[in-house]
Amino acid sequence: MTQPETAVDHYVGMFESLDHAEAGGAGELRRRAMDRFAGLGFPTMKNEDWHYTSVAPIATRSFNRTGSPTSLSAGELDQYLFDSPDWTRLVFVDGWLAPELSSVHDHPGVQISDLSSMLREGGKVPQLGTIADHETVAFTALNTALMQDGAVITVAGNVEVAQPIHLVFLSAHPVPQAASFPRNLVVLEKGARATVIESYVGLRDESYLTVSVTEIALGEGARLEHIKVQNESAGAFHVATIQARQERDSDLHSFSYASGAELSRTNVNTLLDGSGSSCTMNGMYMVSGSQHVDHQTSIEHAQPNTTSREIYKGILDGHSHGVFNGKVYVRPEAQKTDGKQSNNNLLLSDHARVDTKPQLEIFADDVKCTHGATVGRLDEVALFYMKSRGLDAEQARTLLIYAFAADVLEEITVKPVKDALEAAVFARVRGGKLEMASD
Amino acid sequence: MLEIKGLRANIGENEILKGIDLTVNKGEIHAVMGPNGSGKSTLAQVIAGHPAYEVTAGSVTYDGQDLLDMEPEERAQAGIFLAFQYPVEIPGVTNAYFLRSAYNAVRKARGEEEVDPLEFLDVMEEKMKLVDMDPSMLNRSVNAGFSGGEKKRNEIVQLAVLNPRLAILDETDSGLDIDALRIVADGVNKLRTPEKSAIVVTHYQRLLNYIVPDFVHVLAGGRIVKSGGKELALELEEHGYDWIQNEQSAAGAGSRA
Amino acid sequence: MSTAIESLVNREYQYGFVTEVEADTIPRGLNEDVVRAIAAKKDEPEWMVEWRLKAYRRWLTMTEPHWPNVTYGPIDYQDMIYYSAPKSVKPLASLDEVDPELLRTYEKLGISLTEQKFLAGVAVDAIFDSVSVGTTFKEELGKQGIIFCSFGEAIQSHPDLVQKYLGTVVPHSDNFFAALNAAVFSDGSFCYVPKGVKCPMELSTYFRINAADTGQFERTLIVAEEGSSVSYLEGCTAPKRSGNQLHAAVVELVALDNASIKYSTVQNWYAGDAEGVGGIYNFVTKRGKCVGVNSKISWTQVETGSAITWKYPSVILQGDNSTGEFYSVAVVNNRQQADTGTKMIHIGKNTKSTIISKGISAGRGNNSYRGQVKVMPRATGARNYTQCDSMLIGNECGAHTFPYIEVQNDSAMVEHEASTSKIGEDQIFYCKQRGLNAEHAISIIVSGFCKEVFQNLPMEFAVEAQQLLGISLEGSVG
Repeated sequence: MTQPETAVDHYVGMFESLDHAEAGGAGELRRRAMDRFAGLGFPTMKNEDWHYTSVAPIATRSFNRTGSPTSLSAGELDQYLFDSPDWTRLVFVDGWLAPELSSVHDHPGVQISDLSSMLREGGKVPQLGTIADHETVAFTALNTALMQDGAVITVAGNVEVAQPIHLVFLSAHPVPQAASFPRNLVVLEKGARATVIESYVGLRDESYLTVSVTEIALGEGARLEHIKVQNESAGAFHVATIQARQERDSDLHSFSYASGAELSRTNVNTLLDGSGSSCTMNGMYMVSGSQHVDHQTSIEHAQPNTTSREIYKGILDGHSHGVFNGKVYVRPEAQKTDGKQSNNNLLLSDHARVDTKPQLEIFADDVKCTHGATVGRLDEVALFYMKSRGLDAEQARTLLIYAFAADVLEEITVKPVKDALEAAVFARVRGGKLEMASD
Repeated sequence: MLEIKGLRANIGENEILKGIDLTVNKGEIHAVMGPNGSGKSTLAQVIAGHPAYEVTAGSVTYDGQDLLDMEPEERAQAGIFLAFQYPVEIPGVTNAYFLRSAYNAVRKARGEEEVDPLEFLDVMEEKMKLVDMDPSMLNRSVNAGFSGGEKKRNEIVQLAVLNPRLAILDETDSGLDIDALRIVADGVNKLRTPEKSAIVVTHYQRLLNYIVPDFVHVLAGGRIVKSGGKELALELEEHGYDWIQNEQSAAGAGSRA
Repeated sequence: MSTAIESLVNREYQYGFVTEVEADTIPRGLNEDVVRAIAAKKDEPEWMVEWRLKAYRRWLTMTEPHWPNVTYGPIDYQDMIYYSAPKSVKPLASLDEVDPELLRTYEKLGISLTEQKFLAGVAVDAIFDSVSVGTTFKEELGKQGIIFCSFGEAIQSHPDLVQKYLGTVVPHSDNFFAALNAAVFSDGSFCYVPKGVKCPMELSTYFRINAADTGQFERTLIVAEEGSSVSYLEGCTAPKRSGNQLHAAVVELVALDNASIKYSTVQNWYAGDAEGVGGIYNFVTKRGKCVGVNSKISWTQVETGSAITWKYPSVILQGDNSTGEFYSVAVVNNRQQADTGTKMIHIGKNTKSTIISKGISAGRGNNSYRGQVKVMPRATGARNYTQCDSMLIGNECGAHTFPYIEVQNDSAMVEHEASTSKIGEDQIFYCKQRGLNAEHAISIIVSGFCKEVFQNLPMEFAVEAQQLLGISLEGSVG
């Protein structure tokens, strides 16, 4: 697959037109990343990490970065939100902070700023660009070069932030082929605790592109609950990367939910870089029609006594295509690693397709690692059993689909999110089939 | 036969055995009792040569040889057998194959002819009757999927087949119901000869109703705090381990006075 | 590793000797003249020469693939000898005429070509470098219409069958090494089991590389007609040499309606020394096609040799209700590398596949399982079960699992499970307490780990495989 020369040039041109003030304190970083993107180009399916996902629909369109947010009233947001008034909420519209829609609750030891104003003031943002890999990963390079806005969250040592911090990325672009490049940085210092939720929502049906990157640094003993909810609209192309680095005894709980977008790809990666660190990486994808949903996760056990748990579940209907690629690496020094990974897929239609590649790469001998993957359809025996108890076929199917999803949704510890996602699953599973997300 | 002097042993940074003296002569049965965490299982493991324990002081001689200088398999070949408290599972390896390999390794070390599978079957049939073991167990994987009682009986079958001179039973009674306990104890008693010795490690006295010891030692805090005849076990049963510990601290207080 | 595990001494590779025979060797290098020269040596008909040339020209347009998880220096295809045969081998000679020196070689390898002496029930085709030395029990098999002979002989005596099936499973253009093989393959075995015949004995090919600097490119084709069945064994050894030698074989299996083929390999090519000098590059394409309904193809492999093993014995499940199986034990020690697994391509309805893979890594070896399970849109009711377990011995080796599961039919059921673990210190101590030394303990535990694979090997092979495994792992602990 060859890509048009213009695809990369288009973004290089966009980069060159950034004004100096906007490039701000990250000018050199942006320049380096743009060079890397120009060198790498869009990945092709020959790239093992993109074996099952073609980005041609992105590479062959010319998306344009928007310069300012579309103006929205608070009422237009309500249906997409599941937070409560005591949460800190930052709303970004078309990639830019919309202060009138946001509310920040002050909390001692917690700094929450928006990236764009930090950079615009010429300021440096420590750790920005040091965690996510813009050297070899094309979309991270593209985001780094063109990053617009996002949250920079720092929680001081031993501070516990009880209420979640909700980052909402709304796409309301007034013109088709718009693009936004959200960029977040979450730093939890030693012993800090916080919950960060990222929601991606689209308000229009025109095609648009979201390329986001979230960098996470967890200090010793820190614990972060990170939830990403991807509910983009049907014309969206969405490529997101969450990249964490964990020091000793830190714990990352990650959940990635994906049900929107024509094509979406979410990378969730962590480096367990301190002894005793652990992560739980869960996720769920639910697609239908011609949607394509891809999750790629990487857990790198780099130090001894590290633990990882991972469950991803997929429900696929229509002509949809689900992809899961989960990598677990165990470096030679990571003795006593304990890793478990599973990916289960439920096919509801004979035209749906799933490609899964759970992958273990192990270089230490004293480890316990298992992984498993299954693909199948609803259990006929269970269906019959439920019907014999008086449920009709649609009810039985709906219940079984829900049950399939429930055990991973159960793992979400933020109740409003859990309830919202459970409701979303119920709402979308009608008559034992998946409705289109935008219906 | 076995002489332990001033034995100290650690696991990691923790000292578990803090100076053990124990002599076992030919034909004697010694019971080692003590509360949880007193070090009695450690003593059994150290005699067998478990690599997780580090001996920091003292000596153990067996028939005049320095036991601590021997590999675990050399100790086994020299006639020391440990019936494990938690027998290990080896998936995919049949009991028959495992036991014949062990039997032949021990025979070879003694300069005896190795036996072929058919001859070995004869040996096994007889030994399995000792503990009422179903012959189908021979084709099952070593301890894999065995119930707790089956595992313990399997240890005794191995004991019977390998015919050691010094048997160490490490809490062989734990997890056994009364019938299984009797079967296991009967098996051990049938193997008893004036040439052979045993160390019976147990938390409870009830096993000693069936395997009657010549001596009883009470281990607490990594030391033998009291030794006596079989009646000591009954006293312990009656008064509990607190009795010994109280007596100890009373004696300690007295000596300071 | 625990200090209690004593270091063990490496035993010599016992098949590492060289046979002194006068060889008929063509000059180094590869071009169309070399392809023609190989064909001429074998007095091949024009259609065969054309097929080779077609493959050669295709090969020229291809590049050597580098996607497996193995590393090696560049292979100079012009510095290799593509044909070497003992001068004493006469085409189509009877066994009585075989050079006694070659007979002695096979005796040393434990393979007797004298029918009276050989294990009853196993027919052998002995391949020495580029040619077949002889095939046993040919006549007896012939009585039932079974053809078992060298590939060279099959081209002469059964051209219709060869033409009908050659390249139907692994086309000449399939991949770089398969194309190379198609251009220069020198010999191999051919087997044809007619309709309704259950082959009464195990068929076996023993491959021996002897000459230095030669590549071995053999080709095996097995066709099981409707309702027939056959079990086939393959063994391989090579001398110890400090240079690397390329072995790029192709195996094609065709199973028609209700036919079954069982293919077992014990691969013990020279693995190189402890520092990774020398050894065979074993880059092999093996594939079976279940053409007919209810047909079955089963691969069992025990891979202990070779510096690099790179192969994926696969099954195309085309016929409805057909079954594919893959049972594998792959052991790497010292500097060995293996990237092996299988592909199960479900095309027909109600097709079933089972994959059991056991990888053992020791020394500084790297072992990768790479497997693809593909369920095509029409493969209603397809089932796959995959289990791949890895065991690591020591802390300088690696175990990798790369399963590719691709499902396009909602009625499919695909399950994949994998685990990685170490040999338990407790297991070793338990064995030692029963009088077994560390080496013996590990060999017992490892054969237990591999049991599900060994029990699928024919009996004679199972014993050899277990012994080989013990030898391969020697020196791996300490």
